[in-house]
Amino acid sequence: MKIKSERDFWAGLMFLLVGVAFAWGAMSYNFGSSARPGPAYFPFGLGMLLALLGALELFKALTIESEGGDPIGAIAWKPLIVILAAVALFGVALPRLGLVITLPALVLISSWASDEFSWKATVGNAVVLITMSWLIFIKGLSLIIPMWPTIFGASA
Amino acid sequence: MDLLNNLALGFGVAFTWINLAYAFGGAMLGTLIGVLPGLGPVATIAMLLPSIYALDATPALIMLAGIYYGAQYGGSTTAILINVPGESSSVVTAIDGYAMARKGRAGAALAAAGLGSFFAGCVGTIVIAAFAPPLTELAFKFGPAEYFSLMVLGLIGAVVLASGSLIKAIAMILLGLLLGQINTDVISGVPRYSFDIPELTDGIGFVTIAMGIFGFGEIIANLGRPAEHREVFTKNVTGLWPTKQDFKDAWPAVLRGTALGSILGVLPGGGALLAAFAAYTVEKKSRGRVGEVPFGQGNIRGVAGPESANNAGAQTSFIPMLTLGIPPNAVMALMVGAMTIKGIQPGPQVMTSNPELFWGLIASMWVGNAMLVILNLPLIGIWIKLLTVPYRLLYPAILSFCCIGLYTLNNNNFDVYMAVAFGVIGYAFYKLHCEPAPLLLGFILGPMMEENLRRALLLSRGDWTTFATRPLSAGLLAAAALMIVVVTLPSIKQKRAEAFKEEEDPAA
Repeated sequence: MKIKSERDFWAGLMFLLVGVAFAWGAMSYNFGSSARPGPAYFPFGLGMLLALLGALELFKALTIESEGGDPIGAIAWKPLIVILAAVALFGVALPRLGLVITLPALVLISSWASDEFSWKATVGNAVVLITMSWLIFIKGLSLIIPMWPTIFGASA
Repeated sequence: MDLLNNLALGFGVAFTWINLAYAFGGAMLGTLIGVLPGLGPVATIAMLLPSIYALDATPALIMLAGIYYGAQYGGSTTAILINVPGESSSVVTAIDGYAMARKGRAGAALAAAGLGSFFAGCVGTIVIAAFAPPLTELAFKFGPAEYFSLMVLGLIGAVVLASGSLIKAIAMILLGLLLGQINTDVISGVPRYSFDIPELTDGIGFVTIAMGIFGFGEIIANLGRPAEHREVFTKNVTGLWPTKQDFKDAWPAVLRGTALGSILGVLPGGGALLAAFAAYTVEKKSRGRVGEVPFGQGNIRGVAGPESANNAGAQTSFIPMLTLGIPPNAVMALMVGAMTIKGIQPGPQVMTSNPELFWGLIASMWVGNAMLVILNLPLIGIWIKLLTVPYRLLYPAILSFCCIGLYTLNNNNFDVYMAVAFGVIGYAFYKLHCEPAPLLLGFILGPMMEENLRRALLLSRGDWTTFATRPLSAGLLAAAALMIVVVTLPSIKQKRAEAFKEEEDPAA
């Protein structure tokens, strides 16, 4: 069997698997009856429906010709990993190191994902952003965000 | 006159200094972000959500509405000046607007878009004020079965009008509905799909989904593409005021666009988008003055018509959200989410239980539109400067605001991690050509849909035919089925593909 549309194939497979997973997960809850539907009733139905559509999409991807095989194309690994790692690091570090360190770190790391990285512009950007964030979020909207590292005695 | 009394109450709320300030702030912020290339209203609103955490419900919604209009205006500005529509509904604006800009008539195009939108906004506001009460009345007659069917219709309508594969779009709705199932079951109190993670028993925050998929996912997708070269017509924006002839040409187009937009905006799904496309087609078909510029080469009617239509549509798309609690598009889904954050259950009861909020919001729509005209036309020079901000400086800023917003949502880093996960998912959707907007709609409607389905079944003692035997419910379901049948008919399918062809590229 040959894949006729790569995008549709993987999308269909994704829907199929997620649908089955949700329906399977629903089995551990009480299904109830149509007259008294339980917590599993709706997600089980939805999961099955999603799996069905996924299967349909898969079938389409394997039978209907598409222009040039509709390839997924190259995956942008660098931005994907760098951006999301920067965000995750922000989550880990903010409560411990405060915004003053965490935000510039986020800006520095994420800027590296671009092909046009330059130190000068990035540092400038970081300074502008930390000032703006302090003005808007902490002064302006009085949101509770740890500003300084906890070692310096400020509370998290 | 009820209408006048209600509007008076609304304007009383909207014209307090504090609310005026929030409407202004919202419009300003919305334009500021919306004018940045490649950021549509959904991403803009998602990114600016943290700005409302600390506010009361009424100013919060007024501000969000302002952000929405601002983002829309900003989107048209980018469409005209750099041929990058901020959102799908300004795709058609770009055709003639950009052509006008190339001929050095960017000022006239911007003014036509701004004034046309303002007029459409005024009409839209009156339409909402007039039609919301009777619709709310109707909504109170709805039982759970009708509500369930209405949501089915709303969701189907939303994808039928959208571009791309229908199967994928419906699958995305289902996926959204399923993600909405990760919570504690309201009826039995059983936590579902929580894997013993306490944060998941409250459900996934819609902000994490919106920011992860529309914020992070899009940034990654943009960075993965080679940098584009854009021509910005900054120096040519002189002579902002249109000529007398421009006015003469544009005003019938504005009227037609407004009428189309007001009607089509109420429809579920891409109301504003459909309105803009329809208005452009109507303008193209209707006869203009002898010797006017042909369409596609900078005809002012091609800007005024669609812009009025999409603004009127944006306005009237509030109707289903305000009266029924059912969001017709992704922006309204965000509004519903924001209302829920503020502790207001969207639905027909909002009008009676929070009349200040309801009418204040409607009045502030007009205020926001007026402010935008004042803001945009004289300040156009500033917005143009923003167009030249390079993306490599822009996206770290977007990331920063999103991260702070995610953290402050619950003062917890769990939401940040969830958004990272949705960033991966969002990028996968982008790669697989799965439009994410229906997912957000499904996610917002999921819990409501389940509750109504189960209540309806409980009332009918497990008889599924209740959905088909109650006339209102049957009608709604029939309409949904009809929509699917119609778009799958081969001839229409082809037309639909053609209609969306131009829209394939950058729109976000």
